[in-house]
Amino acid sequence: MRDKILIANGQGFWGDSILGPVRLVREGPLDYLALDYLAEVTMSIMQKLRSRDPDAGYATDFVAMLDRILPEAHERGVKIVANAGGVNPRACMRAVLALARRKGCKGLKVGVVEGDDILERLDEILAAGHPMTNLDTGEPLSTVRDRILSANVYIGAPAVAECLAAGADIVIGGRITDPALVAGPMLHEFGWSLDDHDKLAASTVAGHIVECGAQCTGGNYTNWRDVQGWANIGYPIIEACADGTFHVTKHEGTGGMVTRDSVVHQLLYEMGDPRRYLGPDCTADFTSAVVAQDGPDRVKVSGVKGGPATDTFKVSISYHDGYKATGQLTVSGPDAVAKAQLCADIVFDRLALDGVTFEDSQKMVEFVGAGVCHAGMVPAIDPPEVVLRLGVRDHDKVKVNRFGMEIVPLVTSGPPGVTGFAGGRPKATDVVGYWPALLDKDLVKTSVTVEEV
Amino acid sequence: MAKIRLSEIAQARSGDKGDGSNVGVFVATPEHYELIKRELTTDRVKQHFAGICKGEVERYELPNLLALNFILHDSLGGGGSASLITDAQGKTHGLALLRMEIEA
Repeated sequence: MRDKILIANGQGFWGDSILGPVRLVREGPLDYLALDYLAEVTMSIMQKLRSRDPDAGYATDFVAMLDRILPEAHERGVKIVANAGGVNPRACMRAVLALARRKGCKGLKVGVVEGDDILERLDEILAAGHPMTNLDTGEPLSTVRDRILSANVYIGAPAVAECLAAGADIVIGGRITDPALVAGPMLHEFGWSLDDHDKLAASTVAGHIVECGAQCTGGNYTNWRDVQGWANIGYPIIEACADGTFHVTKHEGTGGMVTRDSVVHQLLYEMGDPRRYLGPDCTADFTSAVVAQDGPDRVKVSGVKGGPATDTFKVSISYHDGYKATGQLTVSGPDAVAKAQLCADIVFDRLALDGVTFEDSQKMVEFVGAGVCHAGMVPAIDPPEVVLRLGVRDHDKVKVNRFGMEIVPLVTSGPPGVTGFAGGRPKATDVVGYWPALLDKDLVKTSVTVEEV
Repeated sequence: MAKIRLSEIAQARSGDKGDGSNVGVFVATPEHYELIKRELTTDRVKQHFAGICKGEVERYELPNLLALNFILHDSLGGGGSASLITDAQGKTHGLALLRMEIEA
């Protein structure tokens, strides 16, 4: 057993810079590279792609990224753990195997974790008396049954560790939680017991700190003027010890910074009750973490306490919930705000003339540049121009598309100084509803498969 | 007692949490931590975010990080992909909190 391992996160979300993982492999020592590709909406998009093509439904960016770092990562012994499999981990595995063969990575082992996707099992689970009640609204899942797009269980570190134990150099999963991509390698390397809640909690905290990539190394940092080297900002690396303590660091010579403050920023991100951070493998108490600077670009985290996990998994279900469209125009001064308000009124009045109306709660009007993000906190100003953003939501797709047709006519039939019609006529897009629920753990069985190139 | 902007003593980060946002705010000294615990009541924060947050405000304390965590319910114009507004993830709510004036 190694007493110390280096685990980096090179991808905070699907769409993060490809330079993150590429540079992590090339610019210094590394044992594991974790990559997060999934968000709630991503799963529904992937199911839609898969319904049209049985070989689609995973993060194709992952394969494009591997094209840049294989065989280098393999030669350097860097193992990769990614939830890039989306709703089709097998297809992702096939694509990775094909790429690895083309690159001549003889002996590379590609593993897949399955069992998180319960879309096909929903009726069986509902029939067995598990209502999968919405945690926010209390409604039973049957309310939206015929509109469900995807359903995935958030699975944790043990499945990742199992896949690594089976010899995988690359672990591909579906809805593996973001922290488990980091906690899995720790569990595997250090052989912790699943009853060792403090260590599992520490690995969850480590995963949480790095799960958004550069957001703990100077990205999105309040005192941004203190951050240097933005272009080559270093992505975070966890230097993990078997006793559950760890350091947050980054490769030498990279930009950005790892300070107590940069780490505390990210510890607070997307936080609920800090004493009871719920994960699939444990609960973690974020108020127990001791965070201290321990040298340049090195922060030590110790003392993390945890408790047992609940007997349920969290389930992420997405469903079709109507349509929306947004469009924008730029309105120059003088009197930019007054003219933008007039434009908004004209659009909705013209639609009403044609018999198309929307409930007030389903309409959006913003004057970007006049205090949108911090509404009610900034004094009213007369900016030289504003961006007028308009949007609607409705279950009638025809109505939503009709709205999209009334924006550009303002250029010639509204007040003067209307320009910047970017992006064409807005079209109705699907609104994807999110349905958080719980499912008894004994109903979920994960499995791993490993294939050698 | 003099009024100061929270941004003079604190830093913050925010993100989405369902149809609400979370705002984590932290300071550098125990004295300032006592100050923000006293000044940043849920009522004051709710009032500050009146133009953004339509629901309740919850507060949690993290003394180990000299930090407070606020949940601003119903502050994103509908959660997930349903939202039409520019800041649908509450990314700017942290800086919004730092605009607050407090008695120091």
